[in-house]
Amino acid sequence: MAEPATAHAQHPHNGAGHDHAHHDEGFFKKYLWSTDHKMIGFQYLFTGMLMAIIGGYFAYAFRMQLAYPGASVPGYGAVSPSDYLMLVTNHGTIMIFWVAMPVLIAAFGNFLIPLMIGCDDMVFPRLNRLSYQLFLLSAIVLLISFFVPNGGFSGAWTAYPPLSSQAAYHLTPLGAPLWLLAVALEFVAFLIGGINFVTTVMNSRAPGMTPMRIPMVVWMIVIASILFMASVGPLVAGAVLLLFDQVLGTHVYDPNHGGDPLLWQHLFWFFGHPEVYVVLLPAMGIVAEIITVFARKKLFAYKTVLYTAIATGIISFFVWAHHQFVAGIDPRMANIFTVTTLIISIPIAEMVFVYLATLIGGSIRFTTPMLWALGFLGAFLIGGVTGIFLGSSGSDIYFHDTYFVVAHFHFTFFPIAFIGSFAAITYWFPKMFGRMMNETLGKIHFWGTILPVNGIFLPLFLAGLAGDHRRIYSYMNFPDSAKPFLQDLRIMATISLCVLIAFQFVFLYNFITSLLRGPKASKNPWNANTLEWTAESPPPHGNFAEMPTVHRGPYEYGMPGRDQDFWPQNAAN
Amino acid sequence: MFESLVPRASSFAGDIDDQIWLIAILAGFWFCVATGVFFWSLFRYRHRPGERSQYITGEKPEEKRWITIPHNLILICDVFIVVGAIRVWYHVKQQLPPPERTIRVISQQWAWTFVDPGVDGQFDTDDDIKTIDEMHMKSGTLYHYKLYSRDVLHSFSIPAFRVKHDAIPGRIITGWFKSDRPGAYDIQCNEICGIGHGIMGARLYVDTPQDFDAWIKKNTAAPPALAVTPATPAPAQPGAAAPAQPAAQPGAAAPVAAPTGSVPAAAAPAAPATPQPSTQPNAR
Repeated sequence: MAEPATAHAQHPHNGAGHDHAHHDEGFFKKYLWSTDHKMIGFQYLFTGMLMAIIGGYFAYAFRMQLAYPGASVPGYGAVSPSDYLMLVTNHGTIMIFWVAMPVLIAAFGNFLIPLMIGCDDMVFPRLNRLSYQLFLLSAIVLLISFFVPNGGFSGAWTAYPPLSSQAAYHLTPLGAPLWLLAVALEFVAFLIGGINFVTTVMNSRAPGMTPMRIPMVVWMIVIASILFMASVGPLVAGAVLLLFDQVLGTHVYDPNHGGDPLLWQHLFWFFGHPEVYVVLLPAMGIVAEIITVFARKKLFAYKTVLYTAIATGIISFFVWAHHQFVAGIDPRMANIFTVTTLIISIPIAEMVFVYLATLIGGSIRFTTPMLWALGFLGAFLIGGVTGIFLGSSGSDIYFHDTYFVVAHFHFTFFPIAFIGSFAAITYWFPKMFGRMMNETLGKIHFWGTILPVNGIFLPLFLAGLAGDHRRIYSYMNFPDSAKPFLQDLRIMATISLCVLIAFQFVFLYNFITSLLRGPKASKNPWNANTLEWTAESPPPHGNFAEMPTVHRGPYEYGMPGRDQDFWPQNAAN
Repeated sequence: MFESLVPRASSFAGDIDDQIWLIAILAGFWFCVATGVFFWSLFRYRHRPGERSQYITGEKPEEKRWITIPHNLILICDVFIVVGAIRVWYHVKQQLPPPERTIRVISQQWAWTFVDPGVDGQFDTDDDIKTIDEMHMKSGTLYHYKLYSRDVLHSFSIPAFRVKHDAIPGRIITGWFKSDRPGAYDIQCNEICGIGHGIMGARLYVDTPQDFDAWIKKNTAAPPALAVTPATPAPAQPGAAAPAQPAAQPGAAAPVAAPTGSVPAAAAPAAPATPQPSTQPNAR
């Protein structure tokens, strides 16, 4: 948190005159004002990791409150009702917009796209830098919003008006506009980044890199960027109108003056549901890269994966109102959105089947990145299957806004944002930093994460089945929810969370020590095919000593009649 | 197991639970299949020295079958789920059976007001019974609820009834339920509505017809002194009328009165004329 903040504060100093800068110009140019896609990727990665620590700390504070209502939380203090809502609101916002998005799309998109398609940098390097700087600014605005009088915004990450639009209701006259401003800035940052990703992949591919030879993760990031760009426009417009309602006193969402609060819900979820696939698809792409490498197996039906991803993206624009079945929309609408929501389950299920089929016939090595990739598939399966209960209008009447929903989307977002990121970090660490990570610590971290995750969210499914509602700071106020059995579930979830957090220190230790003292990595430690493994580890500025030419697809593993079981994309024969 | 977690206290609770079970069986089957294949392949195809992976492109028709057959089977399962979902949805939300009695449910930061039409069955008459954070209904009677909000979004949720609907300021939303199971159940606000959201609960009493009649009788004999007090207005014309109500404005001072562990009524800015949250006849 502190590092990017000071970095940002120094921009005007250094811009005005270089004489009294704290760092020498080389450091500043290299680490803070760089246009190199790899460095910008690292900036996103580290900012996202710092934000993840804040988001995790928030989760710790409010879960402790839920398990032990009214008790003083070690490291936080007593959690008041307004604190509680501030914590859940910003936990959600941070984890989606400042962790999943920057790490999965921006960090790995920036790092991987030029390396994997075989070019020296993004086509718009300065736009890329601007994208990160806006993102950093948005993170700083969000962090400031926690410290203003009356605290940060506490109207849930969905920010439904009229609660979010009038200070008389949400009681955070400064926190709410700052939160909204931060979210809107963040969207602009990713809009710029997305333009860059799509343009780069369209124009800068190495010779021979035909569309059907592009590694799946690059395709997925491109599709996700297009989805994001196509869906975020209405929400940015809606957010500006909400900001007007908050600070200028307009009445766009105010029913007492002819506005309509449901308008916001439509604008929000028109973005909000594609957003799920915006972060899911890159994670799916990362998993595709990893399971093919460590199963030594060609990706089963490359074109099917690609087309299901595109189909998912298109259908995701027609499912948004399943978040609003009981929100006061015309009840007949629910029938349409039930159908579209159930249809979207098909391409996603197909994608999972393709991955399973990829494992069959492989020669599976259980390295740390592979464990993460497999953990992603297993956990995401639970998240996907439970989504059907919520997409079906009849059962959603009961499950809407209960802990079943919370458990469901954490079983999708946790695999996406954390398991997917850990898979990517452990897999590309040798390429990013030129050193190997410790496998033993990596496996301890894996098991110390995957088991507690189930320990957190499986009990919450049960709590949701029993009717626990979301965003309640203490269930002791409701006779039916205060039963000891349900409280035991909440305590179990909280203890699991504490275990999970404890094991993240193993990762941090492993990450930092490997960064400083890990064994040097060779060019291609995993015997992978894609182009980034033909560059030096870490790749220098400009990436490739000799620009590669591509001769085949990215997943030619286990080809019969060859000495090696892999066949790099750029190898002439 | 589901029944033991939360009772099925409304006429359609069983239908919704059946839909949940239908999905649990169909989706559970696919979950078991996928998980089984997953762990089996991890074991069967683990790396063994000297063995190489097979080269399967997945592009040939006989290989693609492994995707297209499950694809079609899932499509069929989806059809069953969609049909079940729409049937339940139609029954619970889309159609509106004729009411035998109607109740007004008025939400505001952070209390529920329930208006029973009283003996004559007409609203806005002298015998309306207004209760706060406590709802009484007669078992075996088909109720319509008219859902109002005075300020922000709330959500009227009775887990035991499988009833849930958002209350929107400026709109009156009508729904129905019927219960044959006398008892006491939780009502909770299910849409974040400000810092008092966590205490915005109420208790629903499904009374037997005898108990209900006794409750009506007890609350109908209004003392004459109350006849002149300006009762909290039931928003006959929400929308335009809503902002005029003083109780709808939470103000800066009111929300502070929501300390941890307080009883729900403590933060209720409703009904300024009634200090006690008990039942009170709406003498107007």
